[in-house]
Amino acid sequence: MSRLSDAFPANRPALVTFVTAGDPDVASTPAILDALVAGGADVIELGMPFTDPMADGPAIQAANIRSLAGGTTTADILNIAREFRGRHPAVPLVLMGYANPMLRRGAQWFAEAARDAGVDGVICVDVPPEEDDALGPALRGAGLDLIRLATPTTDAARLPEVVNGASGFLYYVSVAGITGLQQAQQGSIEQAVARLKQATDVPVAVGFGVRTPEQAREIGAVADGVVVGSAIVEIVAQHGADAPAYVTTYVRSLADALASARQGPNALVQACKEAAR
Amino acid sequence: MTLTSAPAATPNSFRQQPDARGHFGDYGGRYVAETLMPLILDLERAYRAAKEDPAFQAQFDDLLEHYVGRPSPLYYAERLTDALRESAPKGMGPEIWFKRDELNHTGAHKINNCVGQILLAMRMGKTRIIAETGAGQHGVATATVCARFGLPCVIYMGAKDVERQAPNVFRMKLLGAEVRAVESGARTLKDAMNEALRDWVANVHDTFYIIGTAAGPHPYPELVRDFQSVIGREARAQMLSRTGRLPDLLVAAIGGGSNAIGLFHPFLDDADVQMLGVEAAGEGLDAKHAASLAGGFPGVLHGNKTYLLQDDDGQIAEAHSISAGLDYPGIGPEHAWLKDIGRVTYTSVTDTEALDAFQLLCRSEGIIPALEPSHAIAAVVAQSKQMRRDQVILANLCGRGDKDIFTVAEALRVAI
Repeated sequence: MSRLSDAFPANRPALVTFVTAGDPDVASTPAILDALVAGGADVIELGMPFTDPMADGPAIQAANIRSLAGGTTTADILNIAREFRGRHPAVPLVLMGYANPMLRRGAQWFAEAARDAGVDGVICVDVPPEEDDALGPALRGAGLDLIRLATPTTDAARLPEVVNGASGFLYYVSVAGITGLQQAQQGSIEQAVARLKQATDVPVAVGFGVRTPEQAREIGAVADGVVVGSAIVEIVAQHGADAPAYVTTYVRSLADALASARQGPNALVQACKEAAR
Repeated sequence: MTLTSAPAATPNSFRQQPDARGHFGDYGGRYVAETLMPLILDLERAYRAAKEDPAFQAQFDDLLEHYVGRPSPLYYAERLTDALRESAPKGMGPEIWFKRDELNHTGAHKINNCVGQILLAMRMGKTRIIAETGAGQHGVATATVCARFGLPCVIYMGAKDVERQAPNVFRMKLLGAEVRAVESGARTLKDAMNEALRDWVANVHDTFYIIGTAAGPHPYPELVRDFQSVIGREARAQMLSRTGRLPDLLVAAIGGGSNAIGLFHPFLDDADVQMLGVEAAGEGLDAKHAASLAGGFPGVLHGNKTYLLQDDDGQIAEAHSISAGLDYPGIGPEHAWLKDIGRVTYTSVTDTEALDAFQLLCRSEGIIPALEPSHAIAAVVAQSKQMRRDQVILANLCGRGDKDIFTVAEALRVAI
């Protein structure tokens, strides 16, 4: 079991939170990461800024620009990770970003550097299974999880290829679109999660467009985890260096909602299953 | 083999790329978000079926002939040839010929590809078209075919390009397209492409993305090349019919590289034909430029692996060229492969050299070229000093210069 798979408890959904490294600046990021942990985040996604974030909406695009304008480098991001690991030995940390910054010095270099910095897993937006000859093997070789993405357009024919080689968790991108804008219908999420869980044993976390504790609770009733990104990035954008207190308050509201996400009609059944294990 | 067809691909052919996964050697591929992956697999299946369908080919050929105005002429530039011979060493100064793709409807080669892609879009049942554009030539060509077939069309264009290419913005609007100015990033072509990809990912069911150059995720580099290869097929047949021989050297400008690959590809297996791709060196290779092969490194952007202008951390650099159509920090993956294997030679030409060549062609041949092929003409001028009088250069005149007169006037410090 990796730090990542341990982060998905059986009795409640995990809270996965995203911020962009170096936003508003490199010096401010550690306190923002600590604020995520203090608010009850189970998994931290640290976004690697990229000049051309094709899959991101306005909030995360702006965060990328702020970070790069401040001069954030790959070395800075790895330092942020290393220091985080020192302060939080048990909290799983995932790097999320685009292929080019990850592959610039070679997949092997990146996998080893990430491992040495205490990173547990990697999400790469624009490396689908069809192009995973380099990054996936390098990450697995370094003992890191490769987190795969599934989407509403991932059909039954492709799903086996997507989940094959997935580890840590499976990230279900719940809307066909970019980050932070639309929200998916709860019904479509329930169907999709059921379909994904038939195809894989790794936990399924659902993200894209999740903003409110209520939404998080609804999704958490069916998914193993809930991913929140743009809403946190917007708090950082609004409050800058003062963001940590606001981030903690917001993340705690999500964590509290998730703590009770499974206390519905099925909660007793779930509790009995737990007891029987 | 007839005189009019390109040589058939052989086991050692240079014309059998990409492989089944869309790779040209190490380059190309399908580096896209999972949401788009099923779409481009669909597109590939649809393209394979269309390629096998004689009705598709017949409709494409018919539109190219009667709507675009093909075949474009092959033209012997006699006065330019004479002028270059005067300044060349004794016995040097080859014949200069031009493939006149600037005479196409809409004024550039871009329309060839747009006709092919919109036929494919309709075949797939798509009802909405999106495209990116830099200088506006591909945007105009896309808006044109959308008007011709009655499909709604959204063109993404960097806000900076919207400002400096106002005539083309107005043309697109006249043709019924919606032009969306992209304010993100550097506000130029690459940002327009990012925004088009974001639109596509959010409108997966009804939208077809007409990519303007031989780049992007597989199968785009292949299908754009195939649609543009009409340039090289015609030129090869015309040259054989007019002169009974093949040219010694082909020359074409390269931004993404669609006009160049369109000219080169049908000749790749003609061992005696040399090829020269011309990148934009902007203010010089040690300053701001757009020469991805000369100044870049392999990386991943916009769905394909290719040479990119980038820093040590893989952040994409901003390109610069006086020609907005060459102002892109990447290059089509087939060119990256052709460079590595050495089949095509690549060089670069600065803004100043291109401006000189622009004026030379205006005065020697009565042809106002676009700034893109002006780069190719500058390279022709340089090559002509090293080639014999009995040799032949064929350059692609891929666009006309009407759109560029304001840029040129400004560069020459002329008020109009």
